[in-house]
Amino acid sequence: MRYIPTTPEEREHMLRVIGVRSVEDLFADVPEAVRLRRPLRLRPALSDPEVVRLLRSLADHNGHADRLTCFAGAGAYDHFIPPAVWQLVGRGEFLTAYTPYQAEIMQGELQATYEYQTMVCELLGMEVANASMYDGASALGEAVVMARDLTRRDRVVLSQAVHPEYRQVVRTYTEPLGIRVVEWRHESGLTPPDPRAVDGSTAAVVVQHPNFFGCLEDVRAWAELAHGAGALLVVACADPLAFGLLEPPGTLGADIVAAEGQPLGNPLNFGGPYLGIVATREQFVRRMPGRLVGATVDRHGRRGFVLTLQTREQHIRREKATSNICTNEALNALAAAVYLSLLGPQGVRQVAELCVRKAHYLKSRIAELPGFHLAFPGPTFHEFVVRTPRSGEALVRALAREGFLGGVPLGRFYRGFRDALLVCVTESRTREEMDTFVAALERAVRRGRRAVGGRV
Amino acid sequence: MRADFPLIFERSVPGRRGFGLPAPDVPSVPLEQLVPPGALRSRPPALPEVSELDVVRHYTQLSHRNFSIDEGFYPLGSCTMKYNPKLHEEVARLPGFARLHPYTPEELVQGALRLLWELGEELRELAGMDAVTFQPAAGAHGELVGLLMVRAYFASRGERRTRVIVPDSAHGTNPATAAMVGYEVVTVRSDSRGNLDLAALEEQLDHRTAALMLTNPNTLGLFEEHVDRIAERVHAVGAQMYLDGANFNAMVGVTRPGDQGFDVMHMNLHKTFSTPHGGGGPGAGVVAVKAHLEPFLPVPVVVREGDRYRLDFDRPQSIGRVRAFYGNFANLVRAYAYVRSLGAEGLRAVAEHAVLHANYVRARLAPYYEIPYPRVCKHEFVASGVRQKKRDGVTTKDIAKRLLDYGFHAPTVYFPLIVEEAIMVEPTETESLQTLEAFVDAMIAIDRECREDPEKVRTAPHTTPVGRLDEVRAARQPDLRWKPKG
Repeated sequence: MRYIPTTPEEREHMLRVIGVRSVEDLFADVPEAVRLRRPLRLRPALSDPEVVRLLRSLADHNGHADRLTCFAGAGAYDHFIPPAVWQLVGRGEFLTAYTPYQAEIMQGELQATYEYQTMVCELLGMEVANASMYDGASALGEAVVMARDLTRRDRVVLSQAVHPEYRQVVRTYTEPLGIRVVEWRHESGLTPPDPRAVDGSTAAVVVQHPNFFGCLEDVRAWAELAHGAGALLVVACADPLAFGLLEPPGTLGADIVAAEGQPLGNPLNFGGPYLGIVATREQFVRRMPGRLVGATVDRHGRRGFVLTLQTREQHIRREKATSNICTNEALNALAAAVYLSLLGPQGVRQVAELCVRKAHYLKSRIAELPGFHLAFPGPTFHEFVVRTPRSGEALVRALAREGFLGGVPLGRFYRGFRDALLVCVTESRTREEMDTFVAALERAVRRGRRAVGGRV
Repeated sequence: MRADFPLIFERSVPGRRGFGLPAPDVPSVPLEQLVPPGALRSRPPALPEVSELDVVRHYTQLSHRNFSIDEGFYPLGSCTMKYNPKLHEEVARLPGFARLHPYTPEELVQGALRLLWELGEELRELAGMDAVTFQPAAGAHGELVGLLMVRAYFASRGERRTRVIVPDSAHGTNPATAAMVGYEVVTVRSDSRGNLDLAALEEQLDHRTAALMLTNPNTLGLFEEHVDRIAERVHAVGAQMYLDGANFNAMVGVTRPGDQGFDVMHMNLHKTFSTPHGGGGPGAGVVAVKAHLEPFLPVPVVVREGDRYRLDFDRPQSIGRVRAFYGNFANLVRAYAYVRSLGAEGLRAVAEHAVLHANYVRARLAPYYEIPYPRVCKHEFVASGVRQKKRDGVTTKDIAKRLLDYGFHAPTVYFPLIVEEAIMVEPTETESLQTLEAFVDAMIAIDRECREDPEKVRTAPHTTPVGRLDEVRAARQPDLRWKPKG
């Protein structure tokens, strides 16, 4: 049997030692009424080459980023991943280990996590980061609950320029706990700081920076407003590489940062596994969800690393734990550590700068196209919203035929945005790709006009 | 603090680089025109400045300071540390999966959606359930989805139930999840045979009960012998049966949770379906439910219409989302490859051999270690170091640490909480008789050491990269990040 080494003779030997006659006897405790008395109705088993053939054919039916030049972002970014990242992370020693419960033989994982926590703190300008959460959206859900626990208040102000799926997750996490979520309107692509947003019952204000539209929020002003009312500022972020160039949320006054770490060396993977980042101030660490690695010494006084502050966690505190999280995204965190090591301070700056410059180039080119205009006037990082002469959905379909994933249509997320596309440019895109993309946009619009007799 | 092995930061040399990024190929515009000057970063992050070779050596050397299934036996109870096939790793990294953007139009992700649909069909059959969601990233995330659905189900019937019952042997995630969903947690004891105590359960069951969260086989590695009667009683008060499927490996093809009376369950694909554990994650926690809970599944749900597949977002009774996008897709690819590699017979053989191997190790260790529930176990069993503690003053922790010197990962220890000095062993079906023998020999040798040279065990491990670590110091003086000097 595939992946089972035991031979029939060995099986007999084991049964003898156990003192039973058959394997069936080992299941004597399963009540007859609940036994499955027929074979499972599954697809037939395949040989190894057949599995490869089947999976290749399924993979071939997908319009992946080697086939469609990717101008889509919205929480999943096509940054270049140096091959060293997954050649290291994919080593069996990392891949096939589990949570480092036995610290003495898991110093590799533990030290790498400690390094990861440090790098995340540095990039975000924060004091402590945990060992990882599931993804950016669930990290934000947990961050909001954490803010409630810290302030003992139950009202949360949530900017509508936060990723719509992240907002859905915040609602799912908060609703059963009786936390009131107030969505705060965006204007011209921004969440204008407004003193009316906060009051004495406000636990947290949540803004995304750069926000879902790619625009740069006035985080400092929101921090002042929140702090003035005794509330916390939670900053969500879908691409932490922005802080290679931009002032990081910690410096701007964030109390908790919930970020998506996919852009840090993790593949697009059709949406997962990704990497949830939570970082905060030292004073809040005991309310933090998730695992933490700390440095300590062994019995000979040598430096070593262990899982620590575990009295926050479910396996010790059970219903009083800060979260139920157990399995996290350790391997993706390791990928982020390797990626950030390769880039270093100059590298993250250079990637971020390339993103801004290239995105700006494409933004200006598209803005010149007849029928297109920029939805919002303000500065952006590597994403921007364009109003399109055809529906965003139709345009993306037409562009796919030309070999482009042209962006993310916003109609399904925001009312009044059926004719809007969220376009992203990472350092991976070249000027030539952008120029051909602009030409394709023009063609797609011309063809669309013809197809519907001039109506758009 | 003496350090034998440097941090990556301690390898840093100013000006060194490990990347080859392109020069800008677009017209140069002063940065200040693109980003408001106040928004620019004032101080660069103190990331390491190292070459690519520095990075490769550093993380390769770190990998040598890690223990893994690829290196040796990993009998960590409750975690199902089975072999992770290389084939499944390779197919998960095909560009058609790994390079696929989650917002690619539906007609261009048909391969991915078909894979999900077919995986869902296979898992439904294995579970005896009617519908699945792929959204949860891990088991505990699945528990959250499951209980949120239970809550939504009662809300749709105008009922507000306030309590969730868990056995005293439950994983910590169960009560923690119940609390996240706003439920009061009621704990029920286990009986002398290691089953949930039926009488104690009945005392707690009433119209306030939303669900019983049960692990089966339970965390003692024992099948709940009265699971059908438990389900009857729980359903009699209108409550729901939740299965923590962490131990599904013992059941596949033998008995189905849906047939046992469970209404909702999660499966840890990183356990039963062999996706690698990654040093703590990522996992994948598929949740399967009976038809009456289907309307409450998180969005989106993968549906098939003829020979086309689609993501259905229009589900008014849905609990919403617990993450962005659709799930830990790369792990779903691995799990799909696993299910297709094994098929019906192969999966049933998994359960049979997991149980056979566990019982074999249990029988071999029984003369040396206390086995508090001496009956046939399922895929794992719980022993106790209580004899060694009384006799030799050596704890389970010491025994676990000593095992590391013998080249094995330790079993899960001090869990479940109801067994004193617990040692929970899960050998899995992918280990050979020779490996099991070697482990048994080591455990017997350690028992002898406890008698003859207890100090050696108490001060173990002796051969690992670092010795026993000071956990109290780590918690009292938290040092959670490296800090640049000055």
